[in-house]
Amino acid sequence: MTPPLPRALRRTPPKPGENGRRDGAGNGRNAAPVTKPATAKEQAAEGVASTVGWLDERSGASPFLRGFLYRKVPKGTNWYYTLGSATMFAFLSQAVTGVFLAMYYEPDPTRAYESASRITNEVFLGEFVRGMHKWGSSVMIILIFLHMGRTFFFGAYKYPRELNWIIGVVLVVLTLMMGLTGYLLPFDQRSFWATVVAVNLNASGPIVGPYLADFLRVGSEFGPTTITRFYSLHMLAIPGLIAALIGAHLYLVAKLGTTAPPWLRAEKKDLLREEV
Amino acid sequence: MADSPERIDRKSRYTQGRGVAGSFEGETVTRRRLMEGTALAVGGIATMAFALPGLGFALGPLFEETVPDHWQDVGAEDDFNPVSYVPKVMNINPTIGDAGKTTVYVRRWSPKLDKAPGDSKQPYVAISTRCAHLGCPVRYIQASQKFVCPCHGGVYDSQGKVQGGPPVRPLDRFETRIRDRRVEVGQRFSLNSQLERYPPRDPSNHLDGLWKYLYPPRPTT
Repeated sequence: MTPPLPRALRRTPPKPGENGRRDGAGNGRNAAPVTKPATAKEQAAEGVASTVGWLDERSGASPFLRGFLYRKVPKGTNWYYTLGSATMFAFLSQAVTGVFLAMYYEPDPTRAYESASRITNEVFLGEFVRGMHKWGSSVMIILIFLHMGRTFFFGAYKYPRELNWIIGVVLVVLTLMMGLTGYLLPFDQRSFWATVVAVNLNASGPIVGPYLADFLRVGSEFGPTTITRFYSLHMLAIPGLIAALIGAHLYLVAKLGTTAPPWLRAEKKDLLREEV
Repeated sequence: MADSPERIDRKSRYTQGRGVAGSFEGETVTRRRLMEGTALAVGGIATMAFALPGLGFALGPLFEETVPDHWQDVGAEDDFNPVSYVPKVMNINPTIGDAGKTTVYVRRWSPKLDKAPGDSKQPYVAISTRCAHLGCPVRYIQASQKFVCPCHGGVYDSQGKVQGGPPVRPLDRFETRIRDRRVEVGQRFSLNSQLERYPPRDPSNHLDGLWKYLYPPRPTT
């Protein structure tokens, strides 16, 4: 049960009468003599196929991959169903650009602004990568809310998918926390004051609010370790949680399957037949 | 014995009495059960061994005073008068450089204006510009003698008491003292609507009525 290989990589069975050589040379694509040596393309195809086979034999991944990648989806599945994957790719883009930005960024109150402007103005492609990270954050938040809206309006949160909805809501909150913690890092006037106000918003919660604000600021006032704390939350703690929860989210999607759009009704069989 | 069903007692202390396969006389805990418990306990201890110190490390600053006592010179005594506020720059937290700088409005203590209990014992009145709503910097408008916040329209009178908008308590103040004919400002303190003194609170934390019990004092201040 290996997953179906692309046509170019598939081995053509030998024609009747030819001896079935297994090294790819005698696959009889153009009825060549059996003794003809394999072409470079055939050797490459054989190499890929045998590597895939080696991995599959040792991991047993193909039944899982077949179920995951070739699962059946209901009729009426449309472009709105791609919003979840789009959000995940926005996250991956943020993760990759973020890793590279971390190579130049210095989370220190006296160095942060300087290093961020150095990324923009001096590092090769720095402006582009920082721009992707900055605008990508808005893209991810827009996409995750569109995905949430799709799930809500299609009724895809209903039994048995409530747990996936709950995980999704936690992911929305974590994504917003990424936005909050990342906003401080350029450390210009806007990000500084926005963060001051945002932390004070946290402080306005009864009982736990003041302690939560102290946790975020590392003390009663904005201090030298506030920015390192935000940096650590932004690049380690929250992304780790998001990645783990995306895994759980995808597992449940594959396990439970997706829902048909609400305008398709199972009992109206004639209508369905027409749409096919 | 376990081999006859009618003699199985599910509440028995002994595995033999409960009819567990492979049990022997006098055994109360099966080996499998013991090993499960041991593995869980060891795993739990190992997890706690790194999780608790890590958590304490992250949360430690919640329980210690993080802004040390520091007095900052804001000008000579002659710079100030008892009638109008003079804006001065101070640094809330010198370790973070320019980011810690803030304006403080300073006025000499006046027996006519300052009758509230929180004012006494301070030679000068030093009003923090941190709005008691969400912490935006307020500005003193001399013509109307009011502090005004640009963010959400909080308005305070010349004493720092709330006159309008969303703030929940008067503007914070700083302790003041005189050293060598220079004015110095020190620790922040908060005030309720009667200008009674409290340990510093975050913006948006109430200090009046029952509300104040929802915003307890913190070890960090």
